[in-house]
Amino acid sequence: MKDTNIIYYRNELIVELCGEVDHHVAPGIKDRIDFMAFECNVKKIVFDFSKVTFMDSSGIGIVLGRYNKMIASGGEVVTRNAHGTVKQILEMCGIFSLMKYEEDEKEAEK
Amino acid sequence: MNENTVKVRFEARPENQRFARSVVSGYLALADPTVEDLTEIKTAVSEAVSNCIIHAYKDCKEVEKCFIDMKISMKQPDQCMITITDYGKGIENIDKAREPMFSTEAEKEMSGMGFTVMESFMDKVFVKSKPYEGTEVVLIKNLDICNVH
Repeated sequence: MKDTNIIYYRNELIVELCGEVDHHVAPGIKDRIDFMAFECNVKKIVFDFSKVTFMDSSGIGIVLGRYNKMIASGGEVVTRNAHGTVKQILEMCGIFSLMKYEEDEKEAEK
Repeated sequence: MNENTVKVRFEARPENQRFARSVVSGYLALADPTVEDLTEIKTAVSEAVSNCIIHAYKDCKEVEKCFIDMKISMKQPDQCMITITDYGKGIENIDKAREPMFSTEAEKEMSGMGFTVMESFMDKVFVKSKPYEGTEVVLIKNLDICNVH
Protein backbone atom coordinates (compact mmCIF):
# COMPACT_ATOMS: atom_id res chain seq x y z
CA MET A 1 0.00 0.00 0.00
CA LYS A 2 1.34 3.41 -0.97
CA ASP A 3 1.73 5.77 1.96
CA THR A 4 0.99 9.48 2.00
CA ASN A 5 4.01 11.62 1.05
CA ILE A 6 4.65 14.84 2.91
CA ILE A 7 7.23 17.07 1.25
CA TYR A 8 8.67 20.31 2.60
CA TYR A 9 9.48 22.63 -0.29
CA ARG A 10 10.05 26.40 -0.30
CA ASN A 11 8.27 27.04 2.99
CA GLU A 12 5.29 24.97 1.92
CA LEU A 13 4.15 21.53 3.01
CA ILE A 14 2.98 19.47 0.05
CA VAL A 15 0.77 16.60 1.25
CA GLU A 16 0.40 14.00 -1.47
CA LEU A 17 -2.38 11.71 -0.23
CA CYS A 18 -2.00 8.18 -1.65
CA GLY A 19 -4.25 5.14 -1.98
CA GLU A 20 -7.24 4.66 0.29
CA VAL A 21 -8.08 7.39 2.80
CA ASP A 22 -10.58 6.31 5.48
CA HIS A 23 -11.16 6.74 9.22
CA HIS A 24 -8.64 3.99 9.90
CA VAL A 25 -5.65 5.79 8.37
CA ALA A 26 -6.77 9.43 8.85
CA PRO A 27 -5.51 9.93 12.45
CA GLY A 28 -1.97 8.85 11.45
CA ILE A 29 -1.95 11.18 8.44
CA LYS A 30 -3.15 14.12 10.60
CA ASP A 31 -0.42 13.51 13.18
CA ARG A 32 2.30 13.36 10.52
CA ILE A 33 1.12 16.60 8.88
CA ASP A 34 0.80 18.43 12.23
CA PHE A 35 4.28 17.29 13.30
CA MET A 36 5.89 18.43 10.02
CA ALA A 37 3.92 21.71 9.94
CA PHE A 38 5.12 22.50 13.47
CA GLU A 39 8.73 21.41 12.92
CA CYS A 40 9.07 23.33 9.64
CA ASN A 41 6.93 26.26 10.84
CA VAL A 42 5.08 26.43 7.51
CA LYS A 43 2.45 28.99 6.58
CA LYS A 44 1.02 27.01 3.68
CA ILE A 45 -0.19 23.41 3.27
CA VAL A 46 -1.05 22.04 -0.16
CA PHE A 47 -3.20 18.89 -0.39
CA ASP A 48 -2.74 16.96 -3.62
CA PHE A 49 -5.44 14.33 -4.29
CA SER A 50 -4.17 13.01 -7.63
CA LYS A 51 -2.98 9.67 -6.15
CA VAL A 52 -6.07 8.98 -4.02
CA THR A 53 -7.90 5.81 -5.11
CA PHE A 54 -10.60 5.96 -2.43
CA MET A 55 -11.68 8.60 0.08
CA ASP A 56 -14.63 8.93 2.47
CA SER A 57 -15.59 11.85 4.75
CA SER A 58 -12.45 11.32 6.85
CA GLY A 59 -10.68 13.30 4.08
CA ILE A 60 -12.85 16.31 4.92
CA GLY A 61 -11.73 16.08 8.55
CA ILE A 62 -8.06 15.98 7.51
CA VAL A 63 -8.38 19.09 5.31
CA LEU A 64 -10.73 21.15 7.53
CA GLY A 65 -8.74 20.39 10.69
CA ARG A 66 -5.50 21.60 9.05
CA TYR A 67 -7.35 24.62 7.59
CA ASN A 68 -8.56 25.71 11.05
CA LYS A 69 -5.05 25.38 12.47
CA MET A 70 -3.40 27.26 9.58
CA ILE A 71 -5.99 30.08 9.62
CA ALA A 72 -5.44 30.52 13.36
CA SER A 73 -1.74 31.16 12.71
CA GLY A 74 -2.28 33.34 9.64
CA GLY A 75 -1.46 30.64 7.11
CA GLU A 76 -3.35 29.08 4.22
CA VAL A 77 -4.41 25.70 2.81
CA VAL A 78 -4.73 24.87 -0.87
CA THR A 79 -6.36 21.81 -2.46
CA ARG A 80 -5.18 20.38 -5.74
CA ASN A 81 -6.09 17.73 -8.34
CA ALA A 82 -9.26 16.18 -6.87
CA HIS A 83 -11.42 14.15 -9.26
CA GLY A 84 -14.71 12.28 -9.40
CA THR A 85 -16.12 11.07 -6.11
CA VAL A 86 -13.22 12.59 -4.15
CA LYS A 87 -14.02 16.06 -5.54
CA GLN A 88 -17.76 15.56 -4.88
CA ILE A 89 -17.09 14.74 -1.22
CA LEU A 90 -14.95 17.87 -0.77
CA GLU A 91 -17.64 19.96 -2.51
CA MET A 92 -20.39 18.60 -0.21
CA CYS A 93 -19.16 20.55 2.77
CA GLY A 94 -18.10 23.63 0.84
CA ILE A 95 -14.33 23.20 1.05
CA PHE A 96 -13.82 24.95 -2.29
CA SER A 97 -15.56 28.11 -1.06
CA LEU A 98 -13.20 28.22 1.93
CA MET A 99 -9.91 27.63 0.18
CA LYS A 100 -8.16 27.81 -3.14
CA TYR A 101 -8.40 24.88 -5.57
CA GLU A 102 -5.96 24.34 -8.42
CA GLU A 103 -5.17 21.73 -11.05
CA ASP A 104 -1.84 20.89 -12.66
CA GLU A 105 -1.87 21.26 -16.43
CA LYS A 106 -1.37 17.55 -17.04
CA GLU A 107 -4.08 16.67 -14.49
CA ALA A 108 -6.58 19.13 -16.01
CA GLU A 109 -6.36 17.28 -19.33
CA LYS A 110 -7.65 14.05 -17.77
CA MET B 1 -36.09 -13.49 -8.29
CA ASN B 2 -33.10 -14.95 -6.51
CA GLU B 3 -31.67 -12.14 -4.42
CA ASN B 4 -28.39 -13.94 -3.77
CA THR B 5 -28.05 -12.66 -0.23
CA VAL B 6 -24.61 -12.51 1.38
CA LYS B 7 -24.18 -11.95 5.11
CA VAL B 8 -20.94 -11.08 6.82
CA ARG B 9 -20.23 -10.51 10.51
CA PHE B 10 -17.03 -8.77 11.55
CA GLU B 11 -15.57 -7.11 14.65
CA ALA B 12 -15.77 -3.32 14.99
CA ARG B 13 -12.09 -2.73 14.26
CA PRO B 14 -11.07 0.30 12.14
CA GLU B 15 -9.12 -1.90 9.69
CA ASN B 16 -12.36 -3.75 8.89
CA GLN B 17 -13.69 -0.68 7.05
CA ARG B 18 -11.43 -1.68 4.23
CA PHE B 19 -12.58 -5.30 4.54
CA ALA B 20 -16.25 -4.23 4.32
CA ARG B 21 -15.51 -2.25 1.16
CA SER B 22 -13.76 -5.19 -0.47
CA VAL B 23 -16.68 -7.53 0.34
CA VAL B 24 -19.02 -5.06 -1.38
CA SER B 25 -16.73 -4.80 -4.41
CA GLY B 26 -16.46 -8.57 -4.64
CA TYR B 27 -20.20 -9.11 -4.39
CA LEU B 28 -21.08 -6.38 -6.88
CA ALA B 29 -18.60 -7.68 -9.45
CA LEU B 30 -21.40 -10.14 -10.34
CA ALA B 31 -23.69 -7.26 -11.28
CA ASP B 32 -20.99 -5.55 -13.35
CA PRO B 33 -21.62 -1.98 -12.14
CA THR B 34 -19.97 1.15 -13.52
CA VAL B 35 -16.80 2.29 -11.76
CA GLU B 36 -18.68 5.40 -10.59
CA ASP B 37 -21.56 3.43 -9.01
CA LEU B 38 -19.13 1.05 -7.33
CA THR B 39 -17.05 3.89 -5.86
CA GLU B 40 -20.18 5.63 -4.58
CA ILE B 41 -21.49 2.46 -2.91
CA LYS B 42 -18.08 1.73 -1.36
CA THR B 43 -17.95 5.27 0.03
CA ALA B 44 -21.45 4.98 1.57
CA VAL B 45 -20.55 1.61 3.14
CA SER B 46 -17.34 3.07 4.53
CA GLU B 47 -19.35 5.88 6.18
CA ALA B 48 -21.89 3.47 7.70
CA VAL B 49 -19.16 1.18 9.07
CA SER B 50 -17.19 4.18 10.42
CA ASN B 51 -20.29 5.31 12.30
CA CYS B 52 -20.52 1.89 14.00
CA ILE B 53 -16.86 1.97 15.04
CA ILE B 54 -16.58 5.65 16.01
CA HIS B 55 -20.02 6.19 17.56
CA ALA B 56 -21.99 3.00 18.27
CA TYR B 57 -19.07 1.13 19.85
CA LYS B 58 -17.26 4.21 21.16
CA ASP B 59 -17.24 2.85 24.72
CA CYS B 60 -16.63 -0.75 23.65
CA LYS B 61 -14.12 -2.43 25.98
CA GLU B 62 -13.86 -5.83 24.30
CA VAL B 63 -13.74 -5.50 20.53
CA GLU B 64 -14.30 -9.25 20.08
CA LYS B 65 -17.81 -8.72 21.48
CA CYS B 66 -18.59 -5.71 19.26
CA PHE B 67 -20.02 -7.00 16.02
CA ILE B 68 -21.10 -5.36 12.82
CA ASP B 69 -23.42 -7.34 10.54
CA MET B 70 -23.50 -6.52 6.86
CA LYS B 71 -26.08 -7.99 4.49
CA ILE B 72 -25.95 -7.44 0.74
CA SER B 73 -28.56 -8.51 -1.78
CA MET B 74 -29.86 -7.64 -5.22
CA LYS B 75 -33.50 -6.54 -4.92
CA GLN B 76 -33.73 -6.19 -8.70
CA PRO B 77 -31.17 -7.03 -11.38
CA ASP B 78 -30.20 -3.35 -11.21
CA GLN B 79 -30.89 -2.55 -7.57
CA CYS B 80 -28.72 -3.44 -4.62
CA MET B 81 -29.54 -3.21 -0.95
CA ILE B 82 -26.95 -3.17 1.82
CA THR B 83 -27.94 -3.39 5.48
CA ILE B 84 -25.39 -2.51 8.15
CA THR B 85 -26.35 -3.33 11.73
CA ASP B 86 -24.58 -2.72 15.02
CA TYR B 87 -25.57 -3.55 18.59
CA GLY B 88 -24.04 -0.47 20.15
CA LYS B 89 -25.34 2.57 21.97
CA GLY B 90 -27.83 3.73 19.34
CA ILE B 91 -28.59 7.21 18.02
CA GLU B 92 -30.54 9.55 20.31
CA ASN B 93 -31.79 11.92 17.62
CA ILE B 94 -31.69 10.49 14.09
CA ASP B 95 -32.83 13.72 12.37
CA LYS B 96 -30.02 15.63 14.08
CA ALA B 97 -27.48 12.92 13.20
CA ARG B 98 -28.47 13.19 9.54
CA GLU B 99 -27.86 16.96 9.44
CA PRO B 100 -24.75 17.99 7.47
CA MET B 101 -21.79 18.98 9.66
CA PHE B 102 -23.43 17.71 12.86
CA SER B 103 -21.09 15.57 14.93
CA THR B 104 -21.01 14.47 18.53
CA GLU B 105 -17.25 14.01 18.08
CA ALA B 106 -16.39 17.40 16.56
CA GLU B 107 -13.35 17.78 18.82
CA LYS B 108 -11.84 14.71 17.15
CA GLU B 109 -12.16 16.49 13.80
CA MET B 110 -15.04 14.33 12.64
CA SER B 111 -16.67 16.24 9.82
CA GLY B 112 -20.25 15.23 10.58
CA MET B 113 -20.72 14.45 6.90
CA GLY B 114 -21.26 10.68 7.13
CA PHE B 115 -25.01 10.56 6.56
CA THR B 116 -24.81 13.41 4.02
CA VAL B 117 -22.31 11.38 1.99
CA MET B 118 -24.53 8.26 2.22
CA GLU B 119 -27.59 10.25 1.12
CA SER B 120 -25.75 11.88 -1.78
CA PHE B 121 -24.35 8.64 -3.17
CA MET B 122 -27.26 6.24 -2.58
CA ASP B 123 -30.85 6.46 -3.81
CA LYS B 124 -32.38 5.68 -0.44
CA VAL B 125 -31.03 5.63 3.12
CA PHE B 126 -33.15 4.30 6.00
CA VAL B 127 -32.04 4.52 9.62
CA LYS B 128 -33.59 2.69 12.56
CA SER B 129 -32.12 3.00 16.03
CA LYS B 130 -32.88 2.20 19.65
CA PRO B 131 -30.79 3.54 22.53
CA TYR B 132 -28.52 0.80 23.94
CA GLU B 133 -29.84 -1.80 21.48
CA GLY B 134 -28.27 -0.68 18.25
CA THR B 135 -28.68 0.87 14.85
CA GLU B 136 -29.62 -0.45 11.42
CA VAL B 137 -28.75 1.50 8.29
CA VAL B 138 -30.25 0.39 4.97
CA LEU B 139 -28.59 1.65 1.80
CA ILE B 140 -30.32 1.20 -1.56
CA LYS B 141 -28.90 2.06 -4.95
CA ASN B 142 -30.20 1.65 -8.46
CA LEU B 143 -27.30 0.60 -10.61
CA ASP B 144 -26.60 2.10 -13.95
CA ILE B 145 -26.12 -1.20 -15.80
CA CYS B 146 -25.51 -1.39 -19.49
CA ASN B 147 -26.99 -4.67 -20.74
CA VAL B 148 -25.57 -4.35 -24.23
CA HIS B 149 -22.15 -5.99 -24.26
